[in-house]
Amino acid sequence: MNLVLFHLMPYAELDLDAARKHGTVWVHLPNRHFDPHKGHQLYNRYLDELEYGEELGFDAVSVNEHHQTAYGLMPSPIVTASTLARRTKRVKICILGSALPLREHPLTVAEEHAMIDVISGGRLVSGFVRGIGAEYHTFGVNPTISHERFHEAHDLIVRAWTEPGPFSFEGKHYNVRYVNLWPRPYQKPHPPIWIPSQGSKETIDWASHPDRRYPYLQTFSPVKVVERYLKQYRATAKGHGYDAQDSQLGWAVPVYVSDSDEKARAEAKPHFEAFRNVFVKMPLEMLLPPGYTSRDSLKNVMKAKAQMFGDVTIEQAIELGLFVCGSAGTVRKAFEGYWQNMRFGNLLVMCQFGTLPADLTRGNMELFAREVMPHLKQLQ
Amino acid sequence: MSFHQSFVEIDGCRTGLRRGGSGAPLVFLHGASGAPAILPFMEKLAQRFEVLVPEHPGYGLSDEPEWLDNIHDLAYFYLDFLKRLDLENVTLIGSSLGGWIALEMAVRDTSRLRALVLVSPAGIRAPGVQPADTFLMPPEELARQLFHDPKFAQARLAEPVTPESVDISLKNRHATARLAWEPRLHDPHLQKWLHRIDVPVQIIWGDQDRILPLGFLDIFKKLMPAAKAAVVKDAGHLPHVEKSEEFCDLVIRFVQGGA
Repeated sequence: MNLVLFHLMPYAELDLDAARKHGTVWVHLPNRHFDPHKGHQLYNRYLDELEYGEELGFDAVSVNEHHQTAYGLMPSPIVTASTLARRTKRVKICILGSALPLREHPLTVAEEHAMIDVISGGRLVSGFVRGIGAEYHTFGVNPTISHERFHEAHDLIVRAWTEPGPFSFEGKHYNVRYVNLWPRPYQKPHPPIWIPSQGSKETIDWASHPDRRYPYLQTFSPVKVVERYLKQYRATAKGHGYDAQDSQLGWAVPVYVSDSDEKARAEAKPHFEAFRNVFVKMPLEMLLPPGYTSRDSLKNVMKAKAQMFGDVTIEQAIELGLFVCGSAGTVRKAFEGYWQNMRFGNLLVMCQFGTLPADLTRGNMELFAREVMPHLKQLQ
Repeated sequence: MSFHQSFVEIDGCRTGLRRGGSGAPLVFLHGASGAPAILPFMEKLAQRFEVLVPEHPGYGLSDEPEWLDNIHDLAYFYLDFLKRLDLENVTLIGSSLGGWIALEMAVRDTSRLRALVLVSPAGIRAPGVQPADTFLMPPEELARQLFHDPKFAQARLAEPVTPESVDISLKNRHATARLAWEPRLHDPHLQKWLHRIDVPVQIIWGDQDRILPLGFLDIFKKLMPAAKAAVVKDAGHLPHVEKSEEFCDLVIRFVQGGA
């Protein structure tokens, strides 16, 4: 199994009471709640944590993109990935992912990812996403054309990476007379493309298509949901006439390891619950603007509204498999069990979540890397 | 006055259409919430006019055509609609998003129009005044913001929720986002061509409009100096619903007064 250290870089210094009062940390939590001095500390701490991931033996470290929110301080994952490209030597660097439809022009993504791939000597894993619903509110991009723009941007980027330039690209949303990328990516034919998703049939159909076979990562979901979508991916691949490799499946999940189950729960509780019940939370209208998902998916979410939008305790989250937490033995056993059932070839562990402070984050990373990771790496 | 439901196929789009009354033709273009029912103001106008209430492509019982990308598509569609039904001397009323469609039609071709009535129309930008962000509002909040008198909001929220009504409201919301998400509820180029509108125009606005505040009316008055403007007291974004008597009197007086 391929082990990836994933970071959201939340604004861990958040005034939680203010955030609770606003009901969400997305879109309209006033940015006076961001203190640049604390931000300076946090960015450098988080980058140190990711760099430490290499030393601890992770196969890859991962950043992602979110806008105008305390949930994650990486409006440009390019910036964080760039610093990692210089400060690490061995690990893969994953951008999971760049929000293609939010970009004014997809060629900028093609260029920046190619730069990081060349600078790092071919260590980039590119991820493509559509961005979260809230970001269509903040960016003004029309959510009803989100899918169209995503697919067209993807096509343009992959062609720019692989086809000899200059060539011309004609689309509905993007038209370029001269596509002629300098630099071309280091990896041949291009950096791997992974597709993180909260789970949708449309995304699975597209990612698993034989033309692409892109690894699909189910992010922060109850384990039953992870299982459903990963199995759906395999079934869809089968329908396409091939067997999906384990390496085409991944799961991104927050993890906390401590000396005992009780200690792990006690240490993680306030920070995980801040993550789940403050940082993640947003109203339905913000999460799913019109057209961001199919109307059938939207109706399903409306039905599950109480469950999805209510608070969750750490105990419930562990029960749901939304969070893997405990002693090294417990966490190892949990992942081994999940793996037996789902055979995901990529596990993305988020060792910092919500307000989890530096010392607990480091302890968590170290215990996971020392006591859990070696066993999981052998699973195949 | 009884209205009957029919469908017409125009530009490949099966379009829901309710017709009632007799007299000169009057077409009502609904706003973002669609036109799911015949309302008292329609009944009253049907005593004087033949009232036609189509459902826009993308809304209600109408198809969602592939070609529907922006408000201009709807303007051309409705110009085809007038031609196809061979309507002449049409009094065209548009509410909110429907008012924007009416304006986009009228800057292109007024040959089948007799007069234009714009009810809190969208379509232009008013520096310093923002439309309410209806896309972030849950249904209860939207109902409260639409009306000045809370009893209208309560009545709307008391309407039975059926699987069909949920489907239609999601469909309407989708179409509105498609047309009006960004730039929000306007076309930056429309105002350059408003001078082309050469039929009488009556603008009607509720003084308590919290969706498109009165500041928009001030800009319209500057852009369309020949238009008549009327402000309805104690009405929100839908004065034709909240003050239907007063609204109909305004329309009838305007049309009779030589429009």
